[in-house]
Amino acid sequence: MASPGEAAVQGSHVEKKKKPPARYWQESQQEVNDGNKVDKGKDKAEEAVQQKTQKAKKRKQEEHQRDGKKLISGKSDPFPGSAPVPKERMQKFKRKGQIKKSRGQNYMLKDIISRTEEVSEMSQKQAARVDLLLPEDAGFLEGGEEEDTCTISQQDIADAVDITSASKYFNLNLSQFGPYRLDYNRTGRHLVLGGRRGHVACIDWQTKQLMCEINVMESVNDVKWLHSETMYAVAQKKWLYIYDSNGIELHCIRKFNDVLRMQFLPYHFLLATASATGFLQYLDVSVGKEVAAICTKTGRLDVMCQNPHNAIIHLGHHNGTVTLWSPNQKEALVKMLCHQGGVRSVAVDKTGTYMVTSGMDKKLKVYDIRAFKPLKSYFLPSGASCLSLSQRGLLSAATGDIVQVYRDVWSAPVTKPYMAHRVRGSVWGLDFCPFEDVLGVGHGGGFTSMLVPGAGEPNFDGLDANPYRSAKQRQEWEVKALLEKIQPELISLDPTQLGQVDRATFEQRHQDRVQALGFDPFAKGKFIPKYKKKGRSSAGSVEKRKKQVAHEDQRDVIRKTVEAKMKMEKEKKEKKKTTAALSNQKSALDRFKK
Amino acid sequence: MKVKVLSRNPDDYVRETKYDIQRVPRNYDPALHPFEVSREYTRALNATKLERVFAKPFLASLDGHRDGVNCMAKHTTSLSTLLSGSCDGEVKVWNLTKRECVRTLQAHEGFVRGMVVRYCGASFFTVGDDKTIKQWKMEAPGYGEEEEPLNTILGKTVFTGLDHHQKEGVFATCGQQVDIWDEQRSSPIRSFTWGVDSFSAVRFNPVETELLASCASDRSIVLYDMRESAPLKKVIMTMRSNTLCWNPMEAYYFTCSNEDYNLYTYDMRYLKRPFTVHMDHVSAVLDLDYSPTGKEFVSASFDKTIRIFPKDGGHSREVYHTKRMQHVICIKWSSDSKYILSGSDEMNIRLWKANASEKLGVLAPREKQARNYNQKLKEKFQHHPQIRRIAHHRHLPKNIYHQRKELKIMKEARRRKERNVRKHSKPGSVPVMSEKEKHVVTVVK
Repeated sequence: MASPGEAAVQGSHVEKKKKPPARYWQESQQEVNDGNKVDKGKDKAEEAVQQKTQKAKKRKQEEHQRDGKKLISGKSDPFPGSAPVPKERMQKFKRKGQIKKSRGQNYMLKDIISRTEEVSEMSQKQAARVDLLLPEDAGFLEGGEEEDTCTISQQDIADAVDITSASKYFNLNLSQFGPYRLDYNRTGRHLVLGGRRGHVACIDWQTKQLMCEINVMESVNDVKWLHSETMYAVAQKKWLYIYDSNGIELHCIRKFNDVLRMQFLPYHFLLATASATGFLQYLDVSVGKEVAAICTKTGRLDVMCQNPHNAIIHLGHHNGTVTLWSPNQKEALVKMLCHQGGVRSVAVDKTGTYMVTSGMDKKLKVYDIRAFKPLKSYFLPSGASCLSLSQRGLLSAATGDIVQVYRDVWSAPVTKPYMAHRVRGSVWGLDFCPFEDVLGVGHGGGFTSMLVPGAGEPNFDGLDANPYRSAKQRQEWEVKALLEKIQPELISLDPTQLGQVDRATFEQRHQDRVQALGFDPFAKGKFIPKYKKKGRSSAGSVEKRKKQVAHEDQRDVIRKTVEAKMKMEKEKKEKKKTTAALSNQKSALDRFKK
Repeated sequence: MKVKVLSRNPDDYVRETKYDIQRVPRNYDPALHPFEVSREYTRALNATKLERVFAKPFLASLDGHRDGVNCMAKHTTSLSTLLSGSCDGEVKVWNLTKRECVRTLQAHEGFVRGMVVRYCGASFFTVGDDKTIKQWKMEAPGYGEEEEPLNTILGKTVFTGLDHHQKEGVFATCGQQVDIWDEQRSSPIRSFTWGVDSFSAVRFNPVETELLASCASDRSIVLYDMRESAPLKKVIMTMRSNTLCWNPMEAYYFTCSNEDYNLYTYDMRYLKRPFTVHMDHVSAVLDLDYSPTGKEFVSASFDKTIRIFPKDGGHSREVYHTKRMQHVICIKWSSDSKYILSGSDEMNIRLWKANASEKLGVLAPREKQARNYNQKLKEKFQHHPQIRRIAHHRHLPKNIYHQRKELKIMKEARRRKERNVRKHSKPGSVPVMSEKEKHVVTVVK
């Protein structure tokens, strides 16, 4: 008989197979159980011997090693092994598509592919694990019983939250030069306001510090930050101007005239502009060159947005179409008919999956932009004039002087807005602040900064867009970002295309082969019928002979393909058979099985 | 009503004092990092360009010989010691860290043909045109003592090459025949001949230590087993091989440098066709040496260049040349796999980096990390046309550039002719010969 101590160890070993790993709350219970098991120890040990295969032995060895540790400290590890990672969290870090391994591939290549896949899997797992350590959680707003969240006023929210957050709800009373367009920079710290009647102001909006304030004495159509908070572009009545954060005019770009809307592509350092003359122009702000000028031939362009996932520009037109543009092509990549009547506003979400449009037909539509399919269609009384999507997928729509915020517009049919707020004057500009629960609204009466809980991404990446960066860090980042500037030629509908294998077509490979061999191995000479005497080479009989040969050839081809198919089928069957045979092959140890 | 609004405490994100390093919170969510592939590609492109910018392989030139350097030997135990023998019979011992000559001795009359350091590193052997084999002490003689060999063996014929056994007191020479010598005796314990020929090089296998291979002037490469009385087998090629070298890690492979501008890697067990043909030189290849990792080897050629080949690649990854370097006669890859030493006709020994853009000296951890990351990126995107173009571009001297073009034209013409012959003859009567099959005549056992 085995000694009690050993039996206990063995007992727990057998137990572990059936139960999930022991938890600390089970430990006291288990100890009691162990006492009972001492007498049963022998039977259990026998059972263990019976199941001993090579694998089991190995596992047991490892187990013993772990047990050895346990003996030193006197306690066993309640959570053995590495912590499991939830599937949903893993899914978040999954990259698109694994490489398909074909049968004919080189064994070395296969090896390399499988090894890189292993590494990437491992890194994804690690990233998913680290996800747990992110310091901040997203905001939320929940109504009480029988209380709609859309009835909660901004003042109520501001009263309920801490002082710093409450200070993020404010109004700027600027009735003189409005209505206002606005833009937050990529870190969300700085705000630029452009009044229709020439008022331009830069604010560090969290500290409420005014960086500069100028009046350009011209009408202003749009304002946009460039890559950092030191420069911004203003589309004025005639030309495009670039100012620095002190309000000093750096450039007046006369090549860009009558600009109505602008978008900045941060990773490409491109400023895309849409003009009243129907031109879509791209300016490379790192070298100051015009990259592309495309005449869209669709009239005045005053609806524009970018797809942040693939840097494609979306333009909305008066005839209800939305067109997609890249700087590499003179024609639109895609034209979608979205509305009856003109398109009033377009927005694309961060992952490049959904596009939201609103039109003169008072409809709000959601499209899957990858498949170009309509998903949802809503009717808004009086229609939405401005749309904006937040980092976490909240949609804000302005109808007249009311700003409404919707949640989950693409997944579930929405009946009520998440939040609503009335501002003083009709809305002209809408923008969510990145990494904050704040929606900026530019309107006829000035500017309103609204609190929208759950809008912003809670955890920023310090190396990409850091709201708390110092001037030195910004400079370092600028150098890095400029080094990594993506060339405009790489803009395409699928941004991962560059990482995919460019396979040669059969035709191309065949051509190469012909080139190398000097003749076409598959070519068949044309059949030329022999001349026969006694009138047997009349046109009719020649034709007949030709047909006969062609028919014979065709039969040959068919026979070959059928044979090949049969052979493949046979092989498949054989393989199945052998695997089946292998799986229920009798081994000497089977006699111990019950 | 329940509400929570994002509100970050700046203390968690900003450093406390200016003496701290900045805090950089990370979030690896792919949604926050768009254009992953394009950015990596851009980084890879930059890394490739920088690699070319920093490619400065030439380190030093060791001068002092009064005639062309004919042979070199690595010290078996000391990394900083190099031995070289010249065409006037002089042998010099160099200290590579100080880059100076520490000892000079007149070993032979006429050429020093071969040189090898004993496995223990205490002595070395030289053979010369004066038909002698001499063993020398590694230490320099004391003050007032005369420079004298430990041992001198007088042979009957001229010796052209020499190699020492890995762990026994046995060495092999070649000349009219391949001889195996015991260090204690003055006559060979075994002699191998196969037909009437003379041999140009002999090498012991580093793993199967009883095996030898030699290059003969009748265009053949012969394999021997030291324990047997007759040679094992030989492969006859279309042109003569000058030297050969065993792969130190996979010792069933050996590579030979050929007169037909190519190098051939053979599998010892399967001599019918070479494992790889390495092409790029535009003149006869005179010497080669494997890196101790066995992944690459370096070759020296009559065309005044040095090339580095991957062991299984058909073309070189690197070419080194200078204006002053003449025909490179001997070459060695240092035992730490970092440097290459070349001895050439114009009396100089040159020290090169094995990896042209490598930074010498100790790297900071961040430097190391950046280097590794860039390395991986370059590897990942190496097949993209623009990156490949930059990574593969090498400046060549004018005459080599033109010669290469000429060779290409000649080859294309030959190919075209063959293709035309095939086109106009009965299908199957003119078989397609691969480049590997073309250069082997027969294998004799």
